[in-house]
Amino acid sequence: MAINRLTVSMSPHDHGKDSVKKIMYGVIIAMIPALLVSVYYFGFDAIKVSLIAVASCVFFEWAIQKLFFKNKKTTITDGSAIITGLLLAFNLPSNLPWYIIIIGALVAIGIAKMTFGGLGNNPFNPALVGRVFLLISFPVEMTSWPKVSVLNFAMTNAETGATPLAIVKEGLKNGESFKEIIDGLPHFYTDAFMGNIGGSLGEISAIAILIGGLFMLFRKIITWHIPVAVLGSATIFSAILHGVNPNNFADPVFHLLTGGMMLGAIFMATDMVTSPMTKKGMLVFGLGIGILTIVIRTWGAYPEGMSFAILIMNAFVPLINRGFKPKRFGETIKKV
Amino acid sequence: MLKTFPLGGVHPKENKFSAGKKIENIDLPKIVNIPISQHIGSPAQAIVAKGDSVKVGQLIAKSTGFVSANIHSSVSGKVLKIDKVLDLSGYKQTCIIIEVENDEWIESIDRTKDLVNNLDISIEDIKNKIIENGIVGLGGATFPTHVKLSIPPGKSCKHLIINAVECEPYLTSDHQLILEKADEILVGCKLIQKVVGAENVLIGIENNKPDAIKLLSEKAKNYSDIEVHALKVMYPQGGEKQLIKALIKREVPSGGLPIDVGCVVQNVGTAFAIYEAVQKNKPLIERVVTVTGISVSNPKNILTRIGTPSDMLIAAAGGLPENTGKIVSGGPMMGKALANDSVPITKGSSGILILPEEKSSRPEHFNCIRCGRCITVCPMGLEPYLLKNMAVVSMFEDLQKEKILDCIECGSCAYTCPAGEPLLDYIRLGKANLNKILRAKKS
Repeated sequence: MAINRLTVSMSPHDHGKDSVKKIMYGVIIAMIPALLVSVYYFGFDAIKVSLIAVASCVFFEWAIQKLFFKNKKTTITDGSAIITGLLLAFNLPSNLPWYIIIIGALVAIGIAKMTFGGLGNNPFNPALVGRVFLLISFPVEMTSWPKVSVLNFAMTNAETGATPLAIVKEGLKNGESFKEIIDGLPHFYTDAFMGNIGGSLGEISAIAILIGGLFMLFRKIITWHIPVAVLGSATIFSAILHGVNPNNFADPVFHLLTGGMMLGAIFMATDMVTSPMTKKGMLVFGLGIGILTIVIRTWGAYPEGMSFAILIMNAFVPLINRGFKPKRFGETIKKV
Repeated sequence: MLKTFPLGGVHPKENKFSAGKKIENIDLPKIVNIPISQHIGSPAQAIVAKGDSVKVGQLIAKSTGFVSANIHSSVSGKVLKIDKVLDLSGYKQTCIIIEVENDEWIESIDRTKDLVNNLDISIEDIKNKIIENGIVGLGGATFPTHVKLSIPPGKSCKHLIINAVECEPYLTSDHQLILEKADEILVGCKLIQKVVGAENVLIGIENNKPDAIKLLSEKAKNYSDIEVHALKVMYPQGGEKQLIKALIKREVPSGGLPIDVGCVVQNVGTAFAIYEAVQKNKPLIERVVTVTGISVSNPKNILTRIGTPSDMLIAAAGGLPENTGKIVSGGPMMGKALANDSVPITKGSSGILILPEEKSSRPEHFNCIRCGRCITVCPMGLEPYLLKNMAVVSMFEDLQKEKILDCIECGSCAYTCPAGEPLLDYIRLGKANLNKILRAKKS
């Protein structure tokens, strides 16, 4: 029996079915419900912003690899650039001019991702770096959110308004109590759960994001640790503040349903590349994000603190990885 | 809830095609190549020369120390030569090459099928028989059995653990052996128990072998102090540290041995070999080998003489399929890929696995995305991604601190890695280099 070529390699000779590509496209599928809700409330603008963001992210990744890496192979098919594009779009108001979106994509892919060597090497979440860059560079455009209007496919959406977070922050500053402000926003809690509030594309509907999160949990793309730690610590911390002084501090449900809390906890903080490796580390990471978010929202200059909190904790990831090791087998047991 | 080990582990597709296939005999080969080093430790010393006639069971290579084992002829015939032959390690090793003539056994071997249950033998005699008959661990590591049965001074053995887990996918040799030789195995267990002085015998079997669990549990009632435990299917439960953790919930300390937590672990196949050595005076000259694979037409369990070339077994299982890309000795997770199809079967060969071409190459490679799954699945609580990165840049002190030497090389990390990183390759490299440095420091 003549065998011309036998492969000889070290064990294991079998491999599980998961691959980076499958994980990435799984995340993209998980983002579809939130995308649909944003199209429902922001209409054509939502599609426009998402398309521009995704296309420019993919283009920049391709172009940078061609021009600077001199790679024959490109990694745009692995799906990670699409995710960065979608997440960036989710963090932008739907009426943002097209050139600002492209600048955001260039910063996200060019500075935050490819500078460090591409997928897997970036210390900070690329979409968030892009978003924060835009927030600082174009503060007016980035904070004038269009009022939601169901299935409005008109090309222009002139009417703009502030987000609930901004309204509450402004109100508290002017000496109103939290209860008075919330009473001024009828059906606020149901609206916020379903997405009928002002805000960036993908962050408005808590329920759509939760569905995506459950899908990722089911597909084992993420584990429960980070989302639970972020939402749990934010809830407990804001509940304590609200309990001490209900007039000056917003209640936990308000914090959970507004701004980027859900989007951040489920889609941004769970980014594998920029989060800790171990379960213990993930809990610490999530705890930090939850508390920092409430601190920034309550005492910071900006009404929203999720992006900053995640980026700050991203910077701590190498330290967390060093400090929170898994329990080694046979480590704690003394010899008999 | 079924017992299992709590840390890490994976569950690859089981693919036990040869399950329930009776153990078969095949024709004797024309020529056998018997390596003089089939065990961990120093190679045996050949005591036959070219032209000598040998019988089945005759000693042909003598153990050369405490950690070494005797080698016996598995056939009768004439020694053709003593030469270097490619074995499953991928290197050429010294083999005694025998041309087979007839099938004459030495007279001291009891070849009847009757069950002998004579526990009235002194511990010394049992041990001597095990040494004489060249018994080594048949689970794959081939550690000389008498070494494991010698309890170091100051330690005592509470539990004898019998490893009937067979957690490797595809392999069924142990499973079938239990079904056909349950009584013999249980007598073997009692013999080992007597040697190590254990209070009881715990047999661990994964739950995908319900027939074996049922049979052993029923038969175990006829013997005192033998318990059969069904375990949840989880790889690498057959690793002795994992098995001990699953059965008695104790962890062997880092760098320690099972005896440090009062256990001795033996493979179920070894228990059978000990039965044959002690009660039947039969050396370790044959073993059950599973021949299997997705495209193999007739997967089988074959009772094979040591030294038989693999291609004879493959032919008995329906021949090598057209699309063969890799031949593995052992299971898919820890087996060794063979360089050709004529490598001789040794004491440690539990199976011949034939993989089709599309399953023979490594998965598509991406950058590490730091998903942490290698950490989640590591049964030793290590960080494979970190060990790989440190091994690449030769950070040996850090590797030692991160417990790279605890790695049992089960391959769960590389199996799981979605980026297709060859994690275990690098960890092996780091381990080997670190061990080299540590040895140099010592001397």
